[in-house]
Amino acid sequence: MAEHTGMVEKRGAGLWLTHLGLIIGVAFIFFPIWLAFVASTVSQPEIVRPPMPLLPGDQFFENYSKALTAGINAPVALMLGNSLFMALGIAIGKIAISLLSAFAIVYFKFPGKKLFFWLIFLTLMLPVEVRIVPTYEVIANFGMLNSYQGLILPLIASATATFLFRQFFMTVPDELAEAARVDGAGPMRFFFDILLPMSRTNIAALFVILFIYGWNQYLWPLLITTDPSMNTIVMGIKQMFPSGDDIADWPVIMATSILAMVPPVIVVVGMQKLFIRGLVESEK
Amino acid sequence: MATLTLNNVKKSFGKTDVIHGVSIDVEDGEFIVIVGPSGCGKSTLLRMVAGLETITDGEVQIGGRRVNEEEPMARDIAMVFQNYALYPHMSVFDNMAYGLKIAKVDKAEIADRVNQAAKLLQLEPYLTRKPRELSGGQRQRVAMGRAIVRKPAVFLFDEPLSNLDAKLRVQMRLEIRALQRELGVTALYVTHDQVEAMTMADRMIVMNGGVADQIGKPLEVYANPATEFVAGFIGSPPMNFLTCGLIGETGDDRIGIRPEHMRLADAGEGRLNAQAAFCEVLGAETLVHLRCVDGTQVTVRQDAAKAIPDEGTNVGLSWAGANEMRFDSNGQRI
Repeated sequence: MAEHTGMVEKRGAGLWLTHLGLIIGVAFIFFPIWLAFVASTVSQPEIVRPPMPLLPGDQFFENYSKALTAGINAPVALMLGNSLFMALGIAIGKIAISLLSAFAIVYFKFPGKKLFFWLIFLTLMLPVEVRIVPTYEVIANFGMLNSYQGLILPLIASATATFLFRQFFMTVPDELAEAARVDGAGPMRFFFDILLPMSRTNIAALFVILFIYGWNQYLWPLLITTDPSMNTIVMGIKQMFPSGDDIADWPVIMATSILAMVPPVIVVVGMQKLFIRGLVESEK
Repeated sequence: MATLTLNNVKKSFGKTDVIHGVSIDVEDGEFIVIVGPSGCGKSTLLRMVAGLETITDGEVQIGGRRVNEEEPMARDIAMVFQNYALYPHMSVFDNMAYGLKIAKVDKAEIADRVNQAAKLLQLEPYLTRKPRELSGGQRQRVAMGRAIVRKPAVFLFDEPLSNLDAKLRVQMRLEIRALQRELGVTALYVTHDQVEAMTMADRMIVMNGGVADQIGKPLEVYANPATEFVAGFIGSPPMNFLTCGLIGETGDDRIGIRPEHMRLADAGEGRLNAQAAFCEVLGAETLVHLRCVDGTQVTVRQDAAKAIPDEGTNVGLSWAGANEMRFDSNGQRI
C-alpha cells in the first residue's frame, strides 16, 4: 500500500481516529435535528410525557398535513411561499444590482467614481439591524408594510456582492473588453454576452449564500409583517410558540421547523457543484 | 483592403508626451512592422490606429477617410492581441463569429466565412472546442481567424507571437506573412523582436522614445541606419561602437562597424588592438568577443572555418572604410 499511495503514507489507526472524530462531530450536530424530526412524527401526549421518544412515531402524515394546510396562525404552505418569494427576491435582486454596480465601477470612468465606491463599501458597516429603525420609517412611509416589496427592497442593496463582482471583473483581462470593442460590441452587449457568462460560477455561489441569507431573515420580517398571511416561515415558527396559558402543539411546530429546513438544503445540494467551483476556481 | 495614413500623430497622457509625432503612408497590402524596445510607444501607436486610445494630435486615415473620432468597429480594422483575448466561454466557432453576429451578418454567410477561415488556418477539427482546450499555437490561430472573418481593411497585430515558444514563433511568423500575402490585406504589426521585424516587414518603423527614428525597408535600415539607436537595435549581434579616440582620431563622433565587417588580424596589425575574451561557436559561424584597451566590448562574426584566437591573446582588428558608419554626439548619422 505504502508504495503507490505516494504522499499519503500512513493510513492505519490515524484514518480510523479521524473518521471517528468526524462521525462524533456529525452526530453531535445532527442529533437535535433528529429529535425535531422524531417530535414531528409523534402525537402531542407522547412528547410531553418523559422520556422523550427517540424513534419516529406514526403521526407523520397527520402532523405534516396539519402544519401545511392549517398551521397555527397561518398555514405553513403559505409561509413557505412567502419565504421563498422573499429569499428569491433578495438573492436575484442583490445579484442583479451588484453585477451592474460592479460593472459600472470597474469599466467606466465617471466623476465621483471613487466616492460612490466608498459609499457602497460603507454600507458593509451598516447591516439591517443597525439601521432598522430609520429603514422601518422609510418603508412605513412608502406604505410597504405587509408587502413583498417591504420584505425585499431594504435587504437588496449589498456591498459584499458588489465587492465580490468588482474583484472578479478586475481579474478579467482588459484585452477582452478591447477585443469586444473591436468586434463592435457596446458596453451592455459586452456585459451580457461576455461578462455575465464568465461570472456564472460566481453568480451561483453568491446565489446560494444570498438565498440562505434571505431565507433566514428573522428580525426584519418580524417587524414589518403584522398580517399572518405575510409571515415568513422563520419568524412564523417563533409566532407559533404559545403565549400565556395556551398549549403548544409541539408536533406541528416541529414539522414546521423541518419543513423550513428543506428549501435551503435543496438549494445547497442542488447547486453544490457550481457553488464550490465558484468559490475555488476562476475561469479565464 | 485600403491604404493607411498617419499624419503627425501624437499622444500624451496628461503632461507626459508619449508619441512625438509619427507620419507614414502605408500602401494597400503593405506589411508594416513597428519595432522598438519596451516603452517606446509602439503599442500605443497601434492602439491609436485601432481606436482603443484617443489621438491627442494629428490624423489617422484609413482608405483616405479620417477616422480619429470613430469607434474601433467603424474603422474597418481587426486586431490580434498579445494574449489572444479569446472569449473563454465561447467555442472557437462562436469566437470567430461574434463580430459578424453583432454586425448582423446573415447566419449562412457567417457559417460560410468562419468555415473558410477555419480551413485556411487548419482549425476545422477544433470549431466546437473552447479556447482552454487548445494549445498556444491553436489559440493564436483562432485569434487570427477572428480577424480574418471580418474581412477588414487593415490588420493590426500587437506582439501576437510573444507568448509562444521559440520554435512555434518561427513557424507562425511564416504563416502570418504567407496569410497576409494571400489575403492582400494591409497590416500593421508591433513587435520588440528585431528578427521578426527584419523577416516579416515590407517596411519597418523603428521607434525610440516616442519618435520614429527610421522608416524603411528592412535591408535598407540594416545597411543604412539613420541613427546610432537604429544601428544598435537592428542586427544581432548588435553593431560595434567605438569612440574616435580609440582609433587615433579626434572629435566626439562615434564609429559603428557591424560584426560581420570586422576581421581578425595578427597583434599589432589592423586599425585597432584588442584582447580576445571568449568565443561563441554557433556551427556555421563563430562570434569572437573582444575587449579593447579602454574597455569597449567588440564582437567579430567570422566563418567557422577561420582560426579562433585563444582567450587572453592580443589580436588586431581591421575593417574596410566603406563599412564604417559615423554618428555625431546626438546619435545622428553623419
